[in-house]
Amino acid sequence: MSTRLAQGGRLIDRAKTLRFTFNGRQMKGYAGDTLAAALLAGDQMLVGRSFKYHRPRGILASGAEEPNALVGLGTGDRFEPNQRATVTELFEGLSAGSQNHWPSLEYDIGAINTKLARFLPAGFYYKTFMQPRAFWKHVYEPFIRRSAGLGKAPAAEARDPDDYEHYYAHVDLLVIGGGVAGLQAARIAGQAGRSVLLIEQGPVWGGRAPVDGGEIEGLPAEEWVDRTLEELTAMPNVRLRARTLGAGLYDHGYAIAQERVSDHAPGAQGPRHRLWRIRAERIVTATGAIERPLSFAGNDLPGVMLASAVRDYLVNYAVSPGDRTVVVTNNDDAYRTALALLDAGLSLPAIIDARPAGGGALMAEAEARGIRVLKGKGIAKATGGARITAVEVCAQAGEGACEETITCDALAMSGGWSPVVHLWSHVGGKLNWDESENFFRPDPQRGPVNHDGNAHVAVAGAANGHLGLSEILEDAGSAAARLFGSAVPEAPEASPRDEAPMAPVWLMPQGAKQALRAKAWLDFQNDVKVTDVQLAAQEGFTSVEHTKRYTTLGMATDQGKLSNINGLAVLSQALGEGIPQVGTTTFRPPYTPISLASIAGEAKGALFQPVRKTALHGWHEAHGATWEPVGHWRRPYAYPRPGESVEDAVNREVTAVREGLGLLDASTLGKILVKGPDAGRFMDMLYTNMMSSLKPGACRYGLMCSENGFLSDDGVVARLDEETFLCHTTTGGAERIHAHMEEWLQTEWWDWQVWVLNLTEQYTQIGVVGPKSRAVLEKLGGTDVSAEALPFMRWCDGEIGGLPVRIFRISFSGELSFELATPAHHGRELWDKLVAAGEEFGVTPYGTEAMHVLRAEKGFIMIGEETDGTVIPQDLGLNWAISKKKTDYIGKRAQARSFMDNPDRWQLVGLETLDGGVLPDGAYAVAPGKNDNGQVNTQGRVTSSYHSPTLGRGIAMALVHNGPERMGEVLEFAMTDGRRVPAKITGTVFFDPEGEKQNV
Amino acid sequence: MSNIARDGARAEGEVLVEGQGPQGMISLRCDLGAAALKTALAGEGLALPAPLSLTREGARAVLWMSPDELMLLCPYDEAPALCARLSEALSGTHALVAVVSDARAAFRLTGEEALLRETLAKLTPADMRPEAMPEGCVRRTRLAQVAAAIWFEAGAAHVLAFRSGADYVFGALAYAGRSGARVGHL
Repeated sequence: MSTRLAQGGRLIDRAKTLRFTFNGRQMKGYAGDTLAAALLAGDQMLVGRSFKYHRPRGILASGAEEPNALVGLGTGDRFEPNQRATVTELFEGLSAGSQNHWPSLEYDIGAINTKLARFLPAGFYYKTFMQPRAFWKHVYEPFIRRSAGLGKAPAAEARDPDDYEHYYAHVDLLVIGGGVAGLQAARIAGQAGRSVLLIEQGPVWGGRAPVDGGEIEGLPAEEWVDRTLEELTAMPNVRLRARTLGAGLYDHGYAIAQERVSDHAPGAQGPRHRLWRIRAERIVTATGAIERPLSFAGNDLPGVMLASAVRDYLVNYAVSPGDRTVVVTNNDDAYRTALALLDAGLSLPAIIDARPAGGGALMAEAEARGIRVLKGKGIAKATGGARITAVEVCAQAGEGACEETITCDALAMSGGWSPVVHLWSHVGGKLNWDESENFFRPDPQRGPVNHDGNAHVAVAGAANGHLGLSEILEDAGSAAARLFGSAVPEAPEASPRDEAPMAPVWLMPQGAKQALRAKAWLDFQNDVKVTDVQLAAQEGFTSVEHTKRYTTLGMATDQGKLSNINGLAVLSQALGEGIPQVGTTTFRPPYTPISLASIAGEAKGALFQPVRKTALHGWHEAHGATWEPVGHWRRPYAYPRPGESVEDAVNREVTAVREGLGLLDASTLGKILVKGPDAGRFMDMLYTNMMSSLKPGACRYGLMCSENGFLSDDGVVARLDEETFLCHTTTGGAERIHAHMEEWLQTEWWDWQVWVLNLTEQYTQIGVVGPKSRAVLEKLGGTDVSAEALPFMRWCDGEIGGLPVRIFRISFSGELSFELATPAHHGRELWDKLVAAGEEFGVTPYGTEAMHVLRAEKGFIMIGEETDGTVIPQDLGLNWAISKKKTDYIGKRAQARSFMDNPDRWQLVGLETLDGGVLPDGAYAVAPGKNDNGQVNTQGRVTSSYHSPTLGRGIAMALVHNGPERMGEVLEFAMTDGRRVPAKITGTVFFDPEGEKQNV
Repeated sequence: MSNIARDGARAEGEVLVEGQGPQGMISLRCDLGAAALKTALAGEGLALPAPLSLTREGARAVLWMSPDELMLLCPYDEAPALCARLSEALSGTHALVAVVSDARAAFRLTGEEALLRETLAKLTPADMRPEAMPEGCVRRTRLAQVAAAIWFEAGAAHVLAFRSGADYVFGALAYAGRSGARVGHL
């Protein structure tokens, strides 16, 4: 059994007991424990069931690479699935539960899958669930989703109560990884006066060195780490941050890191996670190395652990994984685990070393201390159920004949080490295969480079393939020097590596038969075995990327941290190619999963999205407005009164405007000032019609097209003076059109003397609309707005009710209408005065829907309704607004292309339903026959459709093939329920075609 | 002026975030090398700022916005007249001068300097280190999802943002500066 030892544990505080639960079981641990350490201390080796076969799984590793010990952490609003117990710091009251089991962890019905393993080979899903196609969505997908998957999603009604935030940091040097290499790189750069940020994913500094031992500068590694930390802390230009994971590297020195600020103290004030968005001039990744498992039958049994993890649990947490631990290895490092077990007084029946000659100095030490070392041997299989009970020893060179059975309750395995090259690879760094160490290591000649062509990322220490303290320290110094072009400092004296070469062991034993290979796990999390990869190769999946997807090797939440190299090696052997020729799959950020909430940062609740509000927003809100989002603005859609439906409100608002007085908040419309000696020329290029001829004091409606000729925006232009125009754009178009103007001025017509300025937010603009509009303005007084003083399509500056206004006599409703622009700080005051003064005229604020109905009754087009990016002004019967005299305007040449300059297009018409009903927006007019895809042919589409309270029936506009030629023709429109609704083609102006009402 | 966005709003956390009252603002677009501009500014007792910086004379300041744009700050009521005088002084020059006092909302953050910088660094990708963003340096950047201009002056951090987003900006600043969320980096 696994248990807590009476003494030791460098990271735990035995004076502070912490209580927690696992699957409801009350357990205890100490401050400083990880959840995994505390589980092992309580003999909870079994922590989950595997993904596909529901095999019992135990804790395998001690760090971020852990594939098995995934738990659901917390409850309710704070529940989070798939948390790795090995990196979860224990806290008082922690509640964890295992995953992927039913009905319980100990008795799992899905485990039957393991008996059916031969029916669930690689590509099983592809092969089984292909046909019939109709089953995909409703039969296969639900089935697969139920039987697969690890953690459960939080409850739909759960809401994360915690805070998250971003933080942008700028530094000369970012060092990722707080082990010996990272500390040394930060120290050297810090001494050189660079601003340095050193981050470490865990809560503890020093990496593996304090556990693995050795001396640096005459001090034991742990003391050197402490001393160096003190030195770094004292440097004003160096910042240290623990619990901060370097998640991803990107171009130009951009890095993402996630700080787990209060995961270890839930509910603490401040953010739970902080996403660091770092711009670093240079980056050192000192991310260490990860030990590889060995592939032998039964290597997934609970109790089989990585040798380094066994050592970590012993030294860091005083937790022994078992009473009798066997060590199996292909390298010298695992002997450190054996020695640590001996130091702890635990029983160690044997070390099984696959190398015929065994190891070097460490083996000699072990043998000298009386440990039995079996050389040239392997494990034929590990046996046991919910826990390993024995190993069968065989010749590594053989096929697995059992020579000896050794009983044990734990097995420490080591297949060698893989440098953590992920971050280097994220940003384009290339790798070389190291033939002697049998791992991929960064190729410094093919590293990521910055804008200036210089390397901006260097890898240091074990991550760079250096596995001895002395070598690591030297490499860390040279990494910092490489990046900044400075002299390589003298490396501190430290223990050199003294190990015999490792031997590549990709399968144990080398000639393992099918039955053994089929139980030899490569990817523990996704249940991929040696036979699966071999089958994939046999079935023609020769590319490593294809094999990955076919077998799901490395596709689980651990992203193949343990399985990658072993899987590649098996594939390369099956293909008869070298490992470097097969290559690796792509490393992508994040290195380990980071929370979505930290990516969202502050963007939740009220800060989810910036809502743009006009100066009148508060009034609208207080008067019951229902809202329509237009861009980021919220505009009142209608102002339903208590007990009134939105539809009724719209009808009431339309009628009030037609008969009396309406007020519209038009502040969101774009207002762009264009000024300069070349302004007229510029305006003529921007708009399809002639703007340079507009007289100061006058207004003109204009259209803007993209260079492809498509109608892009429209609005009224007012000429303020000889050199100055004020362009009104649509609400959604203000920023876009402003950018469009700047782009043409900056890139094409840079020599034209024109300045533009977006004044949209400077003004509150209020539409005063209806037969009584002049009366209310006259009542407030200050400016002569008579038909003679201010005719239609003119503007003037003045005062209304004592407030400064610019008054535009324009109309988007067909009624007598004025738009009043006043500086926004006065907007509310002006609105209030208009509301008060308008009372006797039945003043009615109206929203965007009434505005739409009013304009549709008049046949005015709306950008985004009648246009969709494929419509040219000619399609909308707007030829009158296209100058024939101008030699050019943006879009003119495009509109001359054969398929544009052609009457054979869908063109705008009005529609009247025969029954007076309202057509659905977007409905298609059907045409005879079907197209090549078997779809009904179409000949038109409804672009706008409303109930007109003025006319008492439905009105619509539509783009119809050759529409204007087909007046009076009845088309059929397809409904989604299969019905066809007939409607007659009419002109687009449904109301007051002569324009008498606006011109009074 | 009943409707200045977030006027008087206050949020006290690690730093104090306050919405400001009316602030006169004038946008000026011009070739910044034009002699007439220098003269026009000098006529008002103002000096042309260097790129990414500001010059100040009492209640008036000139902020560098881009290679061809300045922003003048002055008391709200003075803006129209100042705008008119500058337009007049620049009448022979290709320039655009316009009052934009109502287009923006102004905020002030006060407190310990490092905390002011860290509060802003939660929202802006601009470098907030003192050496990169000294007193009087003006940055046009973004705060979370919206555009803003920021600078440090007289121990306070100043923020200008579009008035339509005033609620959002105030909320974001207050959130970034909330109690218990110190970063401890700068």
